[in-house]
Amino acid sequence: MTRVIKYIFYDLLRTRFIILYTAFLLLSTFAMFQIDSDSGKVVLSLLNVVLMVVPLISVVFTTIHFFNSYEFIELMLAQPVNRKSIFLSEYISVAVSLCGAYVIGIGVPALLFGADATIITLLFTGIILTLVFVSLAFLSSVLTRDKAKAIGIALLFWFYFSLIYDGLLLWVVYSFSDYPLDKITLTLIAFNPVDLARIIMLLQLDISALMGYTGAFYKEFFGSNLGAILSFSILMIWVILPLSIAMRIFSRKDL
Amino acid sequence: MISFININKKFGKLQVLNDVNLDVFASKSYALIGPNGSGKTTLIKSLLGLVVPTSGEILFDDKSIFNDWKYREKIGYMPQIGRYPENISIGQLIDMMKNIRSHNDKVDEELIDAFKLYKIYDKKMHSLSGGTRQKVSAALAFLFNAPVLILDEPTAGLDPLAVEILKEKIISEKTKGKLLLITSHVLNDLDELTTDVVYIFEGKLQYNNTIEALKDETNEKRLGKAIATLIKQKELMDSITE
Repeated sequence: MTRVIKYIFYDLLRTRFIILYTAFLLLSTFAMFQIDSDSGKVVLSLLNVVLMVVPLISVVFTTIHFFNSYEFIELMLAQPVNRKSIFLSEYISVAVSLCGAYVIGIGVPALLFGADATIITLLFTGIILTLVFVSLAFLSSVLTRDKAKAIGIALLFWFYFSLIYDGLLLWVVYSFSDYPLDKITLTLIAFNPVDLARIIMLLQLDISALMGYTGAFYKEFFGSNLGAILSFSILMIWVILPLSIAMRIFSRKDL
Repeated sequence: MISFININKKFGKLQVLNDVNLDVFASKSYALIGPNGSGKTTLIKSLLGLVVPTSGEILFDDKSIFNDWKYREKIGYMPQIGRYPENISIGQLIDMMKNIRSHNDKVDEELIDAFKLYKIYDKKMHSLSGGTRQKVSAALAFLFNAPVLILDEPTAGLDPLAVEILKEKIISEKTKGKLLLITSHVLNDLDELTTDVVYIFEGKLQYNNTIEALKDETNEKRLGKAIATLIKQKELMDSITE
């Protein structure tokens, strides 16, 4: 398995995309630190990058990579190599290189300009979001044989979790605003990894007071150890569930 | 050595393999023949685990290949259309395959030498012609001394010199007691290379016997004629039963 991973890594690095992605993150983080010296504000600006760009890059890059390495996968499957280990090798290589790019791109400038707890949380949520969207992209890649269709499905995941879901949530909150909705919204948020990551971050930034009573309620829930463990495990489910479904489909797929 | 038991495969509504039962044994060489789209490649791919049959079972050395992968160590496969990572060179590809298939036996680089592939080791895969690609496929199939060799249209696209080299290699492997499964439309080639005929038509196994028996049955001296007579006889039988 390590040999297969080695070859996939080699292939990934040669496309130079990962290097470009790292450079982009480095540049934007440096720029934001230059504009503002308050690290809290910088993290808030970076948060928007993390919540929109990281999932987008993750889904598009993963799907394109999967279809570009179709020949490699086909070649490997005729060899004495386990199907599951090929699939996991693909996942590990893509996830590690995207996470690596992210950690270097955000982490290095943060270290230079002084890191604090919020940056650590930002790094952590970014990594988890990358893992979640790489899983979703693998799922969309094994669902169809057509590259364009797979990218379409992957983008749909991104649209849904970044834009559509929030709209639906707002609509629910607005139309049922006469009822106590704290717990229901809290549950609904668990169904969207992007929202979950956003709330974990916002509470770190101590601006939850701006959200009024609900903010206080969230703070009480997510700030507690139990809440942290729970939100972390929900995010882990978001990583593992699409990945295991994708692996199940892949292990019975005709090539 | 390898048994296909009641293999069915459907792609959507299309029934590609229809209740195929076939046993193949070591130190024999099988010619897998049938018209285009009759299911030869699907049968081969299901043996390799690239295609999962809708129902039925395949046994390799009496063990089911479902969810197994170790048995592929014993198979050398030359695909009909060799698809390889496009941006690596021939040398890197061969090194990679050696690396992935770690094993104790010595590798068999006879074909690499015979095809003079070492001269173009740093050529990228995407720049190769169809014939050169086919040579690489052949070299890779024979590289690991596998006891089972599956060759899907091995001579298609090769120049006459390369065809002769490959045929010699196949015959020498045959005499070493390996199991060979060869599909081809060039029946004259098969006459020299194989001992048995397996005829597939529309996903069904129609005939499975030695070449000698087929020639006796049809009173023909050449395999090509014998097959043609066999097909005609089948058609006649079908028209009577209908």
